[in-house]
Amino acid sequence: MNAAGFPLLSLLTFLPLAGALFIATVRGDEATVARNARWGALWTSMIVFVLSLWLWFGFDKSSAEFQFVERAAWLPAFSINYHMGVDGISVLFVLLSTLLTPICILASWEAITARVREYMIAFLVLETMMVGMFCALDMVVFYIFFEGVLIPMFLIIGVWGGPRRVYAAFKFFLYTLLGSVLMLLALLAIYFHAGTTDIPTLISQHNLPRGMQTWLFLAFLASFAVKVPMWPVHTWLPDAHVEAPTAGSVILAGVLLKMGGYGFLRFSLPMLPEASAYFAPLIFALSIVAVIYTSLVALAQEDMKKLIAYSSVAHMGMVTLGTFTFNTQGLEGAMFQMLSHGIVSGALFLCVGVVYDRIHSREIARYGGLSARMPIYALVFMLFTMASVGLPGTAGFVGEFLVIVGAYKVNIWVALLAASGMVLGAAYMLYLYRRVIFGGITRADLRSILDLSPRETAVFAPLVVLTLWMGIYPSSFTDFFDQSVQGLIAHHQAALGRATAFAAGAVQ
Amino acid sequence: MLYIAAVFLPLLGCLLAGLIGQYLNGVWRLVPAGAAGHGHDAHGHDDHAHAHTHGDHGQDDHGHGHDHAPQPGDRFAQMITVLCMAVAALCGVLAFFDVAYAGHARTVTLFTFIDSGSLEVSWALRYDTLSAVMVGMVTVVSTLIHVYSVGYMAHDKTVPRFMAYLSLFTFAMLMLVTADNLVQLFFGWEGVGLASYLLIGYWYERPSAGAAAIKAFLVNRVGDLGFALGIAGVFLLFGSVEFSTIFAAVAEHRDAVVNIAGIEMRTLELLCVLLFIGAMGKSAQLGLHTWLPDAMEGPTPVSALIHAATMVTAGVFMVARLSPLFEYAPNALALVTLVGAATAFFAATVGCVQNDIKRVIAYSTCSQLGYMFFAAGVSAYPAAIFHLFTHAFFKALLFLGAGSVIHAMSDEQDIRRMGGIWRKVPITYTVMWIGSLALAGIPLFAGYYSKDMVLEAAWASHTAHGRIAYFLGIAAAFMTAFYSWRLLLLTFHGTPRADKHVMDHVHESPLVMTVPLMLLAAGAVFAGMAFYESFVGHHFAEFWREAIFIAPEHHAMHDAHDVATWVKKLPLVCALSGIALAYVFYLLRPELPGLIAARFQGLYRFLLNKWYFDELYDAIFVRPSMALGRVLWKGGDGAVIDGLGPDGVAAATRAVAARAVRAQTGFVYHYAFVMLAGLVALVTLWFMLRAG
Repeated sequence: MNAAGFPLLSLLTFLPLAGALFIATVRGDEATVARNARWGALWTSMIVFVLSLWLWFGFDKSSAEFQFVERAAWLPAFSINYHMGVDGISVLFVLLSTLLTPICILASWEAITARVREYMIAFLVLETMMVGMFCALDMVVFYIFFEGVLIPMFLIIGVWGGPRRVYAAFKFFLYTLLGSVLMLLALLAIYFHAGTTDIPTLISQHNLPRGMQTWLFLAFLASFAVKVPMWPVHTWLPDAHVEAPTAGSVILAGVLLKMGGYGFLRFSLPMLPEASAYFAPLIFALSIVAVIYTSLVALAQEDMKKLIAYSSVAHMGMVTLGTFTFNTQGLEGAMFQMLSHGIVSGALFLCVGVVYDRIHSREIARYGGLSARMPIYALVFMLFTMASVGLPGTAGFVGEFLVIVGAYKVNIWVALLAASGMVLGAAYMLYLYRRVIFGGITRADLRSILDLSPRETAVFAPLVVLTLWMGIYPSSFTDFFDQSVQGLIAHHQAALGRATAFAAGAVQ
Repeated sequence: MLYIAAVFLPLLGCLLAGLIGQYLNGVWRLVPAGAAGHGHDAHGHDDHAHAHTHGDHGQDDHGHGHDHAPQPGDRFAQMITVLCMAVAALCGVLAFFDVAYAGHARTVTLFTFIDSGSLEVSWALRYDTLSAVMVGMVTVVSTLIHVYSVGYMAHDKTVPRFMAYLSLFTFAMLMLVTADNLVQLFFGWEGVGLASYLLIGYWYERPSAGAAAIKAFLVNRVGDLGFALGIAGVFLLFGSVEFSTIFAAVAEHRDAVVNIAGIEMRTLELLCVLLFIGAMGKSAQLGLHTWLPDAMEGPTPVSALIHAATMVTAGVFMVARLSPLFEYAPNALALVTLVGAATAFFAATVGCVQNDIKRVIAYSTCSQLGYMFFAAGVSAYPAAIFHLFTHAFFKALLFLGAGSVIHAMSDEQDIRRMGGIWRKVPITYTVMWIGSLALAGIPLFAGYYSKDMVLEAAWASHTAHGRIAYFLGIAAAFMTAFYSWRLLLLTFHGTPRADKHVMDHVHESPLVMTVPLMLLAAGAVFAGMAFYESFVGHHFAEFWREAIFIAPEHHAMHDAHDVATWVKKLPLVCALSGIALAYVFYLLRPELPGLIAARFQGLYRFLLNKWYFDELYDAIFVRPSMALGRVLWKGGDGAVIDGLGPDGVAAATRAVAARAVRAQTGFVYHYAFVMLAGLVALVTLWFMLRAG
């Protein structure tokens, strides 16, 4: 059946749901329920994570094929199947999701005090949706998970968020909904045209007509661009981040933003190769605007979370740029950048959460001189700041560098403009670090602020290790997706080759 | 093993000092879970946090007089880092003789770094003569500075942190000079940038330190932007970033052309210019130099190690390392020469009027780096590296000597408030003289051999830019001697200008500081004459072997030995007259400088304000960026995107909804009709799509 010998991916997908159901049945007074919900959610997500390590060790890196495949008839009348599997492009995203979920639950341990059970349920349901989304190999299954992610996230922001949470939640929903509707239309169009919703079949066996590709591409773009988010549909992100609880921001930045990038890699590039090539200059333009524009905006921010949210838009600009270079370095850079951004920006939001939990303010000017009282925090924050800046030896460098190399292959100006993010990124991150960590302590309540607790250290430890590991030995990660990316490029070029051959034939 | 130890022992020292040393000092104490109280006891040493903040008196340069009792971790961190560095230096020196003299060049490959398609990069240590010279120099100088820091930073409140940063810096520098590919070079490059950032901002309570740290990192990043693009371009042209592969393929790609904005140019020229922009940032060349003087916010040992002896030389090293590329890019080389010469001249002019003892030396560093670059620019790479090598000794000596002066003067850095102390600090006084003699290029001292070689090579290149460099270099040599003696005379001679309290307190530094000074002084005396023959003598090619490539048509190195006598003598004449002028100005007729400054008010202000580079950059980059950021945020995101997007839609929806309420009639068929209409619209759209 598959390498694991049992439906591993389904287990990973639905185990959190089972955990959520279990938590839902807990009875007792409020404190008991909260405690049981916390531990139940933590254990569930830890077990899921340990199980998911099977993918790390069992995944065959020499193959570009889908692995751990499961298939069951679901709606045979419409030839829609429950089809799951991972290839090099999705396997690490599954691991990223299963890693970040327990970290988020641990990070919410003390920060969330109201409706703890519902919160933990939301997170576990979210994990089901995320993992399912990355594993789905059928468009309908994919769509259900892809949209399903929205619901728990909407609730997490809307219920446990800050003062303007309702505005943020609706903005988030409004943007995403617009994209979703168009993507649904695109999926239906593909289904009616090809008669199947099976993703591997669609990738390998069908060539959609050129004119149709254009429309489909735009429809997908509407959905994915909002998720990434690309400029100019990014304005929901700062609000969502600012209002979301810390763990919500972590998962939003860590995994949810990657859904857009993953969508491009799974649908746009392989299924719509000609349209992708046609629209690449548009994507480059939007990406470069994202990098420069949002970096400048980040420079002017006064709210820590908003600053990091804008930096996410800039970093994701590098991802979309790399994706549409259609060369090895660009695509692998984009993949790597998504993974490293998942770790690093998640960690940065956790860093904000640490001081927010203590002082209950995200205003940068409210802080200063934390280094004296919080040396461990200062060290951890420094590491992630440097990773965000793209210092070699940390995770942030590899993706950025590969994207620049990939972009240079396309056009030196694109590379130059994209690389300007190196300077601007350093400017806003170091400016933030200086204002928060450096300087003297001027406020009375900061004079007695406490350093990281053991729980917080446990939250950061895996992220610190990963950031350095990804920076020093990145090939242990790129090996996973190398074959799949090569396959994607070969497929893309073959499709373009056919298209030109066809066009040439038509002319003759 | 020798090679690996030399590079990684400093890292080990850094980790041990940083983790265990800090742990012993109680820094890594986790706060107990749920402790919401004001736990002052959790951080015993933090009671001292404010003892260090001196408000407007931001001149204090070390923990002097803060009565900060040494903590258990301090001793541990000092011992472990010095020990690691000493062993590393031993390995480094052995490796130097093994590689440079016994000819055992080799590359030690560690493990894969990046592997993406044809882009394959390894972590590897490349030891050829060039690397070995650098490793030997860096480890030795760094060890001495570590020892000096034990004394200088003894009263600091976070000694382990400081020692760890120093070792981290040394490690990054060693990774830089032993890189066997451009990406690892970039790793070391940015690594020293990080260490420099941390060390400049070491006294983070001072706003000026934080600002200087950011400035250093950002200005370097501007250069790194060029460097990163250069690496990408090299990969695109050669299909590899590994040095040996690139160098082997230079000849076949030398005529490749690229079209940039309608201008056709040779790719190699473009790449070399991009890479050189990186070098300009790191080596503080004109235009990207503004961070170096501000970097003096860091403790003095940092200035000595980073901003004089090692990090800033990385740019020169890079150009020498990539000599096989630059040799085929004559225009890029001309640019290197001119930028170097302009920097040498510019920095010297500014150095003449600065009043902060460390800033004078900082501008002097900037100026000397200019010399190294124009030497490289005329294809005299060995001369550039030779000057880099001797400069490391005497500039580290000058900085550490300045530190000793600052230590003696109770943290005074302004030379206008010094004077008349030479009898009280005899060792410091002597070594400062030696350092200045070496810097000015007085015969027998190290700088004489290397600086003259650089100038002669510039003349011998027989190119217009070489000649320009020679004359700018001569002018700079005159000013170098002038500001060196201005500094010496103002600091040590004349009538005391400090207050009585400070003067009573003037004392020589302890042995742990003076011994490194004396060893460096020995280097400043002998490094020139001892290595002249091998580095730049007639048989220099046998010493450098494959490490440096000079195209057969470039003869500057060979011809430098046979230039006209006046070309050889002029630097010395200039140096001596510079000294004489300083003697007249600051000892014989001390009223003269003030009169001249008043007479040429405009010029004086221009120089004092460092040619207004900071103000210019602030006006054209910093402020507009911040302002633009705010405009884009409030205007772009807020008014335009949100206004037309979600907020606008929401407002419109509310308006429509108010009317729609009336449409909610409650009759099922109304809803059914609307649903049907929607379905029709969907189906229509679908057919349109299919038709398309």
